[in-house]
Amino acid sequence: MPDLELNCPLPLQYDQIVMAHGGGGRLMRQLLDSIIQPVFSNPVLNQKHDSAVLNINGSRLAFTTDSYVVKPLFFAGGDIGKLAVCGTLNDLAMSGALPLYISCSLIIEEGFAIKDLQRIVQSMQQTAQQAGVLIVTGDTKVVEHGSGDGVYINTAGIGIIGEGINSAPAGIQAGDSIIINSDLARHGIAVMLEREGMNFESTLQSDCADLSGLVQGLIQAGIDIHCMRDLTRGGLASCLMELADASHQAIEINETALPIREDVKSACEILGFDPIYIANEGCFALFVPEAQTEKTLAVLREHPLGQQACSIGRVKAAHPKGLVTLQTAMGISRVLDLLSGEQLPRIC
Amino acid sequence: MKYLDEYRHPEIVKKLAAAIKAITTQPWNIMEVCGGQTHSIIKYGIDQLLPGEINLIHGPGCPVCVTPLAYIDKALAIAAQPEVIFCSFGDMLRVPGTDHDLLSLKAQGADIRIVYSPLDALNLARQHPGRNVVFFGVGFETTAPTTALAAYQAKQQDLSNFSLLICHVRVPPVMQALLRSPNNQVQGFLGAGHVCSIMGYHEYLPLCAHYQIPIVVTGFEPVDILHGLYLCIKQLEEKRCQVENEYSRVVNMQGNQPAQQLMRQVFDIVDRSWRGLGEIAASGLALTAEYEQWNAERRFAVATINTQEPRDCRSGEVLKGLIKPAHCPEFGKRCTPEHPLGATMVSSEGACAAYYRYRRFEHA
Repeated sequence: MPDLELNCPLPLQYDQIVMAHGGGGRLMRQLLDSIIQPVFSNPVLNQKHDSAVLNINGSRLAFTTDSYVVKPLFFAGGDIGKLAVCGTLNDLAMSGALPLYISCSLIIEEGFAIKDLQRIVQSMQQTAQQAGVLIVTGDTKVVEHGSGDGVYINTAGIGIIGEGINSAPAGIQAGDSIIINSDLARHGIAVMLEREGMNFESTLQSDCADLSGLVQGLIQAGIDIHCMRDLTRGGLASCLMELADASHQAIEINETALPIREDVKSACEILGFDPIYIANEGCFALFVPEAQTEKTLAVLREHPLGQQACSIGRVKAAHPKGLVTLQTAMGISRVLDLLSGEQLPRIC
Repeated sequence: MKYLDEYRHPEIVKKLAAAIKAITTQPWNIMEVCGGQTHSIIKYGIDQLLPGEINLIHGPGCPVCVTPLAYIDKALAIAAQPEVIFCSFGDMLRVPGTDHDLLSLKAQGADIRIVYSPLDALNLARQHPGRNVVFFGVGFETTAPTTALAAYQAKQQDLSNFSLLICHVRVPPVMQALLRSPNNQVQGFLGAGHVCSIMGYHEYLPLCAHYQIPIVVTGFEPVDILHGLYLCIKQLEEKRCQVENEYSRVVNMQGNQPAQQLMRQVFDIVDRSWRGLGEIAASGLALTAEYEQWNAERRFAVATINTQEPRDCRSGEVLKGLIKPAHCPEFGKRCTPEHPLGATMVSSEGACAAYYRYRRFEHA
């Protein structure tokens, strides 16, 4: 084939941040791998786990941080405050830790209503209280009108990891069952339906929830947890691809096994979205030995957040690059790939 | 989900695939016109269910892919104006113009908003009387009626801070252009179901008769596409050529008359350049003289931007069905959805992007 003289549109090397850099897809991974990770590189960070696992005086502590910039601030099933506490609790829980203390940093835009701020901090306190953790430190900054989006919240958290628990991606083994605790894509779709410009009537609520109690139940029941990951930004597909990549394993999931509500499916159809790439805030994937599948499902289903627990696939074999395939209902196997950034609604 | 699950039913899919296999005796090249169909075919792996004799050619029916470079550059020039709120369908934002894309411009501070309907842009114009709101009207006859409605309402309400950058295109002329092409490979068409829901399928009767080619109006779900292919292959095998309607639950012969009437009222039929294919006579829609006041090209003096299409970009060959995306030497190398060399890699409906997302590993 002749060489191409490409005077068609030049490849765009972004020299500034675009929204897609925060979308949980390929551009974000490039940003982390090329700009951020190499600069901070150290053995703890390089574990690429939801929390850093720190060995201090014989104890293992989990330490994590996350920032919350959700719009709208109040949505069906939650608000930015609940989200900021649950998100950090879940990152701790995914490392197998019992969450203990969290921090709260608020960046508030000039002009923001005090009563809204009250609602948000009360929601944070209520969520923390229910989880049995204390918000023990914090910071408050105010920025000029137009320099923020109402309020941004950063939370960090620490928790303690029990003996023998290791849920980092390296623990994933061929033959493992992959289990999720609830239906997919509810948070992303619920939030999207409330955004400006969307005129859907819906009773859909975000799945935003603290998973630490559910995870503690698994630990107490003696489940041999190989890995856990909450399915937040980028959804199930992006999270599984990260895990496949980090563990060098080939993962296969079954399309027919994926629990997705009818209203979520409908919204996705209308917008041209694939629900397996949509964010969740109360859903996680759990890797356990195949022999423990039924026991794990039974333990999960005893908890209100695990009623819909189901097995969605398995780890097939070692694979140098890591690979995730979706077995479709029609018996065809499709390779999943990271999106560039967030999904954009299609024209028609 | 009702009206979808039935059309994705694995057993029906398998039966149709077997039926196609049973009637196919020789190679056939069939083009699905619409990008939505291409996306379904690749996503569900429908081509993997077909006998080796059937070669699917992914047609020019992705509006994002065929919007000419000149119009992306016009959009960028307008959106960069400080008083402008530029409204677009989501997937146009990543299409590269000469220097950058709308997403980069947005990152530099331009007020660029994703809307789901042109009427949302009209609402923005009402809410922001001090700003100039522009809607980027792209797409086929499927999206053109709502753009026409926005123009009509803007005129009715004498909304002076709203205008439209129109690059709507028509399907029948591009099908004709492909059939006229000396290296045409297409032996049968799956017609674009959603376009036909607006336009009906009477426009295809003369095409079918003149070029002696089967045209089957087809939907977008796996069962639809396989059923459309079955009907098309059956015609080819039986040496018939007819216009058939597989998508009868949505499409009738005459289409949506009020929508067509509104389009006639607001738009003139004009010649239009297609990215990768060049100029095609009577293939575009433009605002009539009566609506000139709402024409963003005139309001922002961008009508003279006339970026030439690159001669060497191979997306034209992909759109004509002469090569598969993976046959391009840059596919998956210099050209990826993050850094597309051509527009067929940008939209999720673009053939290159669909192959990249679902098939890349097979070609590695």
